[in-house]
Amino acid sequence: MDTIRHAIELGAVPEALQRATSSLLPLSPVRDSLEVITYPLEMGETSVRGAGFMPRVIGKIRSGATTAEDTQRAARELCALEVDLLLFAGGDGTARDVCSAVPAQFPCLGIPAGVKIHSGVYATNPRHAGELAGMYIQGKARLREAEVLDLDEDAYRNGRVGTCLYGTLHVPYRPLLLQNQKAPSPASEARQAEAIAADVVEGMQSGVAYILGPGTTTRAIAKELHVDKTLVGVDVVRDGKLIAKDVTEKQLLDLTERGPAGIIVTPIGGQGFLFGRGNQQIGPEVIRRVGRGNIIVVSTADKLRALRLQPLMVDTGDVEVDAVLAGYFSVVTGYKERMVYKVIS
Amino acid sequence: MTHATPQKLGVLKPVSPKPALRRFHQASWDEPVIFELSSAGQRGVLPPEPEAAVVDAAGDVFDNLPAGLKRKTAPALPEMSQIHVLRHYMRMSQENLGVDLNIDIGQGTWGMKYSPKVNDQLARSHKLSELHPLQPVSTVQGILEVMYRLEEMLKEISGMDRVTLQPGAGSAAIYANVAMIRAHHESRGEGEKRTEVITSSFSHPSNAAAAKVAGYKIITLPPDADGYPDFEALKAAVCERTAALLITNPEDTGIFNPRITEFVDLVHKAGGLCSYDQANANGLLGITRAREAGFDVCHFNLHKTFSTPHGCGGPAAGACGVTKEMAPFLPTPTVEFAGNSYYLDFNRPHSIGKIRPWYGVTGNMLKAYAWIMSLGADGLREVAETAVLNNNYLLNKVLEIRGVSAPYATGKRRIEQVRYSWEQLANDTGVHSEEIGFRAADFGTHYWTSHHPFVVPEPMTLEPTESYSKEDLDEYVTILKHIAEEAYTNPEIVRTAPHNSTVHKIDQESFDDPDAWAVTWRAYRRKLLKNK
Repeated sequence: MDTIRHAIELGAVPEALQRATSSLLPLSPVRDSLEVITYPLEMGETSVRGAGFMPRVIGKIRSGATTAEDTQRAARELCALEVDLLLFAGGDGTARDVCSAVPAQFPCLGIPAGVKIHSGVYATNPRHAGELAGMYIQGKARLREAEVLDLDEDAYRNGRVGTCLYGTLHVPYRPLLLQNQKAPSPASEARQAEAIAADVVEGMQSGVAYILGPGTTTRAIAKELHVDKTLVGVDVVRDGKLIAKDVTEKQLLDLTERGPAGIIVTPIGGQGFLFGRGNQQIGPEVIRRVGRGNIIVVSTADKLRALRLQPLMVDTGDVEVDAVLAGYFSVVTGYKERMVYKVIS
Repeated sequence: MTHATPQKLGVLKPVSPKPALRRFHQASWDEPVIFELSSAGQRGVLPPEPEAAVVDAAGDVFDNLPAGLKRKTAPALPEMSQIHVLRHYMRMSQENLGVDLNIDIGQGTWGMKYSPKVNDQLARSHKLSELHPLQPVSTVQGILEVMYRLEEMLKEISGMDRVTLQPGAGSAAIYANVAMIRAHHESRGEGEKRTEVITSSFSHPSNAAAAKVAGYKIITLPPDADGYPDFEALKAAVCERTAALLITNPEDTGIFNPRITEFVDLVHKAGGLCSYDQANANGLLGITRAREAGFDVCHFNLHKTFSTPHGCGGPAAGACGVTKEMAPFLPTPTVEFAGNSYYLDFNRPHSIGKIRPWYGVTGNMLKAYAWIMSLGADGLREVAETAVLNNNYLLNKVLEIRGVSAPYATGKRRIEQVRYSWEQLANDTGVHSEEIGFRAADFGTHYWTSHHPFVVPEPMTLEPTESYSKEDLDEYVTILKHIAEEAYTNPEIVRTAPHNSTVHKIDQESFDDPDAWAVTWRAYRRKLLKNK
């Protein structure tokens, strides 16, 4: 086996140390063929040594006072060293830090050690993270795109709690070893999204501006139209053309004054918010002008099942609009396939 | 040759108590696929050269074949001697957990039950196997009588006015029902308008699939908090576009929907029709009927409920029951009785046509007929009662095992099956349902791993039917309990299973990727051997 350069990077969560150590134990048998690069002390070195590896340590930290910036810097530097796989331990915040520092295609994998984990980039438990890393290094696991979800800070400042999509990372994938509620196979996920896109595009009417919310499923609709969509932003298409990218609420208000419009949204994983988390640009006034009947909700069936078929939620900040949205939506789950799904406010 | 004498062996006594778990080990032959066993020039049977007189009389039979039907090259069949073919298939059969070998209640939703061998013998009799569907009707009065009488029995069991036995399987029967519903709407000029079919998450996916094949848009109802299909969602879904409701009851959770007549009434009010998927009829025989619930069409799986073996143990067979309003649309032909003889009616202008060549799977019809005749009406009800009793006994025993639960309808009894969840065990130990299945094979038992849709986490679906004894159920529970204990104390032994059987682990991701499929030897060579 070739010598593999391999990296460990840690968020500064105390229990992360032990969890990261246990994640490395499955790699012990191939220890000598791995080169492990890590950050000092609690940001990796301690855990790596604890698992019996002799790591190459880079960077500098103030032990006991590390911050999100340290995580981001470490991820950037390890990425620049072209490690084969970037392992990080933590929760949604750590995943978000890594996501902001490395290109979306860069192979990463989360060791679950945080309090809240909604992101699909984490293995089911630390041992599985190590096993998955080992399989990936040996070419036995492929990469899949997984969502990075975290607290929606805009909503949180207004006293409302929920997750929103911050981006995606590419993580190794084997059935069973990734949190399987969140991980249908990449092939089935991609084909479901393509089928949804084919249905939605077929039903699009000329002259109508379609507001596309954030998410990988709405991005598949843009792809079907051969339009380049932002992943976490809100974009607008009309007659098959992109007419506005990463828009603000103000732009949408202007747009909805000028002509007919529709809204296409997908629930965000985690708690399943439809409106009010991660897509506040589509504010209550925009929704009121477009009208409930012109909202198309799309979701892969796997994503709804991952929500355990619990109701979707809306929290636009306007109780009247929320009341109008509550009830049942016919969610597009495939080509000529719908699930009648409950929405609550 | 010497024989062990009783003296040498000591006094033979039954082992008491019986061992809790079998020390099972399956045969493992490392057998290649049959094409790889081909050896040029080998033949199974060498027929003698025909005599000159025969050749003179018959001429070259190939001369009479149209040119377009003649192959340019010989088919690439494996060339093997008879004994090598026999050995190959004997070996394959030993790497199986067949229906006659193991307690297969783990194959929930399939209604695995004992199929009396005498019925198989009847179906194999030359009196049936040498019949040809093109024989004059006057020469096949016997089998037509069996068909007619079986239809009469299924009419009584379902309460419907007419039955067809033509569909070759459960999904074909569902498709026949959808096709009849479509024909009904077309006959009223509403074919264009009624474009949607409603089904539920826990109804068998064949309902959605068959309706999709028939061109309908599929609307699925999720379960409510109690596990019943969400009635409020149905209210939101039903409209002037509704062609039909296709629903199972009990669904694959084993929960019977007590509001089923309200579902049916709501759809009827909007002008839609209702189709009852009775694949799970085993717990209902003689107790409830499709007619009383208000359905327009229904179907049975003869190979589940009526004991014509299946699960790769024999061909399937479906039956559709319909109201008299739907009867004109039944597949062609129908079996009719003219007072003193039976005939096939092909003159049916409103029929949806054929669902399958000829009239259906006649061997299965004979087996189902024999099975029903051997039980009688009271016996059929006893089948349902025993199946439900077995299931609820099993439910109580399984729930004593650490780490398992039965989601939805907590505290309520189930009908004939239960979809359990190992979620707690998976959270505690990291051992997944699928891995429990691999370990179950080490004790010589089968454990099914397909539970679509995957709504219940870490699912396990058990259906004990009426065929299994209390000892069988106890043995199965003992195995599950043992595996759960292993998961908590020594999870590696479960995670690395099987150790004593020949289950091969498959890259499941390939199932979702048509590029990786190789359903023929030719495709396998093209896609997977091309680089070798």
